[in-house]
Amino acid sequence: MSKQALITIFLLLITATLAGAQTEMADTMRSNGKIYVVVTVLATIFAGIFAYLVFLDRKISKLEKEKKS
Amino acid sequence: MPVPRLDILNETIRNLYFHVPMWFTMIVLFACAFYYSIKYLRTGNLQDDIYAVQFTNTGIFFSIIGLLTGMEWAQFTWGAAWSNDPKELCTAMSMLIYFAYSVLRSGLKDDEKKAKISAVYNVFAFAMMIPLIFIIPRMVASLHPGNGGNPAFKQYDLDKYMRMVFYAAVPGWILTGVWIATLKVRFELIKYKKENPFQFDFEKNCK
Repeated sequence: MSKQALITIFLLLITATLAGAQTEMADTMRSNGKIYVVVTVLATIFAGIFAYLVFLDRKISKLEKEKKS
Repeated sequence: MPVPRLDILNETIRNLYFHVPMWFTMIVLFACAFYYSIKYLRTGNLQDDIYAVQFTNTGIFFSIIGLLTGMEWAQFTWGAAWSNDPKELCTAMSMLIYFAYSVLRSGLKDDEKKAKISAVYNVFAFAMMIPLIFIIPRMVASLHPGNGGNPAFKQYDLDKYMRMVFYAAVPGWILTGVWIATLKVRFELIKYKKENPFQFDFEKNCK
């Protein structure tokens, strides 16, 4: 997946999160005892660690390429 | 696992297993970086500098995740992602101190000078982080759960089910953080040895 696509997905996630917060009470994030906040937090951590792994992968491939040449 | 039923917090009390260990991981990683910075200043071995830098970078990564998860949570419990709470401000300050560390390093060209200055800076940064994260938040009023005493525990401490999960989650996250950091250290060491083959042989022969 390209970098732009990853950034777009990330921004969409953020806007979805923030848009859901405008009204008091009756929105999805506050429904079911705010369980979706926990889901968002988990998604953030997952996305963060995954992005970090992709970043590390690219650095290692660059080193491998240098070694070959 | 059942959790205590509290107003406002509701199910987000479960964030204790995810948001709080992020900060613990960050503190452990910064402590490791602090240790290696002192070690570098004692030995002058550039490999210790690589350890210090990579531990700091991974610590910064965990602080960013910790702050993001905290802000997402605050949006729906405090009503705003950022409300200038003392805990938020102190965390932001210590994060800025560590961002400055990265900026400082990228601003210096010479490797030895870079390592030495940033090691000294890192010692001070860690010394600044302790009062900002541990002392000031305990002295002022805050919106943060568990306020008045230990920032994260107090009201949950009595619940044995939460404790069971939490005590398992904390070492897990800390080890994940240390693992990521050591992966980066190994990567940088390979790179360093490749770029300075002569220097590495020299150091090995000296021992």
